[in-house]
Amino acid sequence: MKKSTNAAYYIPYGFWLIFFVIAPVVLIIYQSFFDINGHFTLSNYQTYFSSGTYILMTVNSVWYAFVITFFTLLVSYPTAYFLHYTKHKQLWLLLIILPTWINLLLKAYAFIGIFSQDGGINSFLGLFGIPAQQILFTDFSFIFVAAYIEIPFMILPIFNSVEELNEGLVNASRDLGASSWQTFRQVIVPMTMSGVKAGVQAVFIPSLSLFMITRLIGGNRVITLGTAIEEHFLTTMNWGMGSTIGVVLIVAMFIIMFLTGERNHHRKEARHEN
Amino acid sequence: MSEVIVELKHVNKMYGQTVVLKDINIEIEQGKFYTLLGPSGSGKTTILRAIAGFLDVTEGDVLFEGKRINDVPANERKVNTVFQDYALFPHMNVFDNVAYGLRIRKVKKDDIKNRVEAALKMVRLTGYDSREISELSGGQQQRVAIARAIVLEPQVLLLDEPLSALDAKLRKDMQYELRELQQRLGITFLFVTHDQEEALALSDEIFVMNDGKVQQSGTPVDIYDEPINHFVADFIGESNIIAGHMIGDYRVEFNGKEFDSVDAGMKPNEPVEVVLRPEDLDITPVGEGKVTVEVDTQLFRGDYYEIVAYDRLGNEWLVHSTNPAKDGETVDLTFDAEDIHVMRLNESEEDFDARLESYEGDE
Repeated sequence: MKKSTNAAYYIPYGFWLIFFVIAPVVLIIYQSFFDINGHFTLSNYQTYFSSGTYILMTVNSVWYAFVITFFTLLVSYPTAYFLHYTKHKQLWLLLIILPTWINLLLKAYAFIGIFSQDGGINSFLGLFGIPAQQILFTDFSFIFVAAYIEIPFMILPIFNSVEELNEGLVNASRDLGASSWQTFRQVIVPMTMSGVKAGVQAVFIPSLSLFMITRLIGGNRVITLGTAIEEHFLTTMNWGMGSTIGVVLIVAMFIIMFLTGERNHHRKEARHEN
Repeated sequence: MSEVIVELKHVNKMYGQTVVLKDINIEIEQGKFYTLLGPSGSGKTTILRAIAGFLDVTEGDVLFEGKRINDVPANERKVNTVFQDYALFPHMNVFDNVAYGLRIRKVKKDDIKNRVEAALKMVRLTGYDSREISELSGGQQQRVAIARAIVLEPQVLLLDEPLSALDAKLRKDMQYELRELQQRLGITFLFVTHDQEEALALSDEIFVMNDGKVQQSGTPVDIYDEPINHFVADFIGESNIIAGHMIGDYRVEFNGKEFDSVDAGMKPNEPVEVVLRPEDLDITPVGEGKVTVEVDTQLFRGDYYEIVAYDRLGNEWLVHSTNPAKDGETVDLTFDAEDIHVMRLNESEEDFDARLESYEGDE
């Protein structure tokens, strides 16, 4: 009896899982085997892996996602680390989380205002007699805005892992003669790696399929897989091809999850070498 | 041999308005086993952290080999610590944990291997090199923590309640091993514990702490036999503490009777406290002893019976006896003059030592 009531608690989420996770994925995979005229075919995959355009787009997407993740990490790790030692960390954390409550589109438009020819930055530069620069629609603005949006998602897991770190381990390392830098490298970084991995997952995967920012901030100069999917579904109406790219993205996600996941056995073997 | 290696001079530590250490003066000599003993919050761990370099003292000097080390960072101090929760690195295996300090010191690879093996052998963990920390039992983790510290051959090893997380049996075993290790290595141990039995069993010298102050220091026997005040008498071992009066030298009054004693050097009629250890009390038939009591309860402790009895004035008497008594039975308790230890109220350690010297010299 008790078992059945327990099972009942899973029903709402079970429906969610079926209708909004499993069904769409199955549909995308199904769609990817049909061409634009509704005939069953493998040609979508063939096109994808033989066409230079798609390969280039994939490489591009991965590269931009990598750069975005890299800069996000560069900002987030020290932030999360020092946040741990600040006095009012809950308040600071709230300020970091706050921007995520604002709609992405609003933030993107705000940046258009800041970066545009007569925007905030250019009028500031104008004060020093520097002529207006093209900031919007550049790689810089695209990566800057993407990193800005992703930073809270990177800070949170890293912050949690720093919080979980036993202060005694830091003391122990110092006690054994390690300087603060050695302690940081040998103890703090490895011990917070799980947070970094979680952060990388949370940033890299969504970055692969960014499309709105590529358009609004990147000015369509940056074409990623996300942009391509949008084009296929809304403009060229080639749903099959769009789904194929979607499948590729899903597979890529699993690869990233696998690469950044916890694998104790591999770790053990790797360490024995040094 | 008796070279002072660590010294604390007039050390005070305050957190805001809270005073945690009050004028601590401690001398630690080379090669001995010292214990800081006290209840939690007495400041014993604070002293350890001040020597290790994890906190700054508010006032006073921390000296190592005669040099002031207040401003020397923890990693440059020649002391190592065994932490209460062991603080082993969970992302490293046993070998890497023990080798950590040696690698930091850029010791050659072959030497590291030899020294780690030797340290693991010393704590009887040979062959555990490639075990993960999570695979070890509490006692084994404890040994790894000790190996990690002694592999660096420190002159002073600080141990912060290292046995508190172990079960009773293992704890006893580790006490023997620690003592043996200390004697074999000749390293100075400064051991922190709240367990008085542990302190008595292991130490060459004990500092009894309470309320941020060293109440009494001395050998285990001194502290047990001649506690300076109520706190020490109560904290170290079991004791019967009774209010009384000093009638004159070698005569004390308590419980409405006069007794011979071995204490002197106090003012006539001075109010004092008298300590009688439960194991010094013997049960005799009524009329043959010095105090008549009625047995209330008794507990069998394995190697002795712990008997609680009350005299006519309502004072509680704790007696340790190898023979059982009957509940409700009236018996007499007897003791010798040497068993009576008289404590003055609010006597400082210096005065106490001076007084003992003054009349013990007479004999």
